[in-house]
Amino acid sequence: MKFRTKSIHVGNQRDPQTGAVVPPIHVASTFVQPGAGEWGEFDYSRSGNPTRKNFETTIAALEGGSGALAFASGMAATHCATMLFSTGDHIVAGTDIYGGTYRLLHKISNRSGIETTLAAANDLDALEKAITPNTKMLWIESPGNPLMSITDIKACAAIAKKHGILLGVDSTFATPVLTRPLELGADIVMHSATKYLGGHSDSLGGALVVKDQELFDRLYFIQNATGAVMAPLDSFLASRGLKTLAIRVKEQSKTAMYLAEKLAADSRITRVLYPGLSTHPGHDIAKQQMDSGFGAMLSFEVAGGFEKAKKMAESTKFFQLAVSLGAVESLIEQPASMSHASYDREDRLAHGIQDELIRISVGLEDAEDLWADLDQALSQ
Amino acid sequence: MASKKITNATHGISTVAVQAGEAHQKPGHSITDPIFCASTFTFSDTDAIIRFIEEKEEREEYGRYGNPGEKVAERKLAALEGSEDAILYSSGMAAMVGLVMTKLNAGDEVVFFDECYHRSREFCAKHMSRFGVITRQVKACDYDAMEAAINDKTKLLISESPTNPHLSIIDLDRFAAIGKKHGVETLIDATLATPYNLKPINHGVDYVLHSATKYLAGHNDLLAGVIAGSTEQLEPVRKLRGIMGAVNSAHNIYLLLRGLKTFSLRMQQHNKSGLAVAQFLETHPRVEKVYYPGLESHKYYDVAQKTMSGFGGLITFLVKDADWRATANIVDAVTIPRIAPSLGGVESLIEQPLVMSYYECSPEDRARFGIQDNMIRLAVGIEDTDDLIEDLKQALEA
Repeated sequence: MKFRTKSIHVGNQRDPQTGAVVPPIHVASTFVQPGAGEWGEFDYSRSGNPTRKNFETTIAALEGGSGALAFASGMAATHCATMLFSTGDHIVAGTDIYGGTYRLLHKISNRSGIETTLAAANDLDALEKAITPNTKMLWIESPGNPLMSITDIKACAAIAKKHGILLGVDSTFATPVLTRPLELGADIVMHSATKYLGGHSDSLGGALVVKDQELFDRLYFIQNATGAVMAPLDSFLASRGLKTLAIRVKEQSKTAMYLAEKLAADSRITRVLYPGLSTHPGHDIAKQQMDSGFGAMLSFEVAGGFEKAKKMAESTKFFQLAVSLGAVESLIEQPASMSHASYDREDRLAHGIQDELIRISVGLEDAEDLWADLDQALSQ
Repeated sequence: MASKKITNATHGISTVAVQAGEAHQKPGHSITDPIFCASTFTFSDTDAIIRFIEEKEEREEYGRYGNPGEKVAERKLAALEGSEDAILYSSGMAAMVGLVMTKLNAGDEVVFFDECYHRSREFCAKHMSRFGVITRQVKACDYDAMEAAINDKTKLLISESPTNPHLSIIDLDRFAAIGKKHGVETLIDATLATPYNLKPINHGVDYVLHSATKYLAGHNDLLAGVIAGSTEQLEPVRKLRGIMGAVNSAHNIYLLLRGLKTFSLRMQQHNKSGLAVAQFLETHPRVEKVYYPGLESHKYYDVAQKTMSGFGGLITFLVKDADWRATANIVDAVTIPRIAPSLGGVESLIEQPLVMSYYECSPEDRARFGIQDNMIRLAVGIEDTDDLIEDLKQALEA
């Protein structure tokens, strides 16, 4: 069964009682048991819920995993992964990880005595050097945010294997349509399901997918004990989103490539960061580990500095000014004033996030309408 | 809620599907429209009610008359259709009933092409007849017969295009011209075509009806119906809906809006897979005949080429030298399409019309409706095209 067929049919078996082509939404908090001390498949919705299970089954199949767990948000999923560790353990993460993950590792996990070292994920030597005897996990993101940095997942898996540690990959930007980290040797794939998986800017969710049963059992134990599970209605919307995931991501990637080429040829733009362009530092690796497209996120620097970029971001009509990404509606943001505004300017510049950087999340609108919109906004 | 119009006629259909009908800045600054579960809408004081009545202020009053989410969906549907207005209903049949109950009074007449959805014809023939409305039916695509059936009592001409399950294509220019010539309004049920593939309004048709349950919503998870047309002609239709009450629910409307976001994308895939599957079936030795407007062998191929930009996912075919049971065996042998009525969703569906819709019909009636024992209707979804073809191949060769 191929990807698109799986996304529609795996985990969405017809309802045996009614024949409903779409499985019913089970909003129950608890389930009636066959007898005292006898347990059915589901007992209490924190421990498991049929609607959540359907979504988990589909995403596990799409990632090529053996099991998946769905969470209330992407951060809840990442948090569950970090709860695998104990005082004295150590995590190595890429310098380009999501700000929320950075905050979790440096301000929450550290309280439990779990330390984190950041290293440039595109520098494999630096990454390996950061590993200590206490290191338990390598955590990377590809493409990274907001520079679309590409990390070689296969090479990272080799390093993790050599040191006997886990490799976790936040694959939110790539989605299983483009990259399947488990097939490249990763142990855990994490998604903010809020983004492409759900795909319609209308629910929050997260997921962890693994292939090893023992690791799944440990993560499930934590999820059940801590309780940050995905709600039934959101699980239904996430499953519904998965049915169009492949056609959405391919179309959005195609449009992103078109816009990247237009922007790269435009004199009002000083630099375009898109892994599909041969000028992007991660292009060669992206070609190897991404199928059918390079994703729908891209960043660019506007000639004229902070004010010019701010004006541009405020002047688009179809690109709406908001953080988040991955949905049918196109979004635009200025990292310096929005997603990365909490950084000190010097720190931000050191990370390569210039004042004039603009990040766009390409939606499903017509490519030419989107280009016309960027074009007019650049002239404001 | 005032909305700044953010799309126009020059924008591509994907842009219209994602953004049309929505306010650029929404309540609570949400990127998506909120679901308003309210049954009623409050007034700040007595003067506000008087303003609403006297100045016809644009606002909601009571859920049966309208809902903010419904307005967004109606604007988006009208933008897709290229019409001034659109009215949403709880199902496609509710939309049909809403229109005929508005337009037809005792003594009036309606003429149908006989391949139109049988429940629509039945409603007029069996129920409107109780109110003294006369229903005439003429053979589909027989324009002379339709014109001959018109008299000075005729108020409405109704057809479907493409028709179901024979996928006959109406020449909408001719159909609309007959109506105009005789001063009779025309209605096309374009559920199978969708506004992605066909815009009846551009051919001069007065009303376009859709079971939005199908391609428009697209996920086999809600019921909805819509009628599009001019604001003036739809005004009494909207009023009657407010009285009869077949409105959709706020939750359903949200799912419909969400479905519409991927409408253009899904239709591209339905069109592509539909054609590929039809071509595969046509060359298979166990298949006697394929009804699909995108095939050159189709009776109405030329009209379809002229009026449609794609042909959707519905395919009807006849199995060579098969009785009804041998045909049923093929339906039972497929593994990806589910056996169910309906069409237009992401999941492929399959059915044998003889069994699913005409089981209790006499063989004579079935022959009259063109429903053959060896007929299968397949609604191609958006699964991988090769998977679908492989599955059909194994079922045909089992």
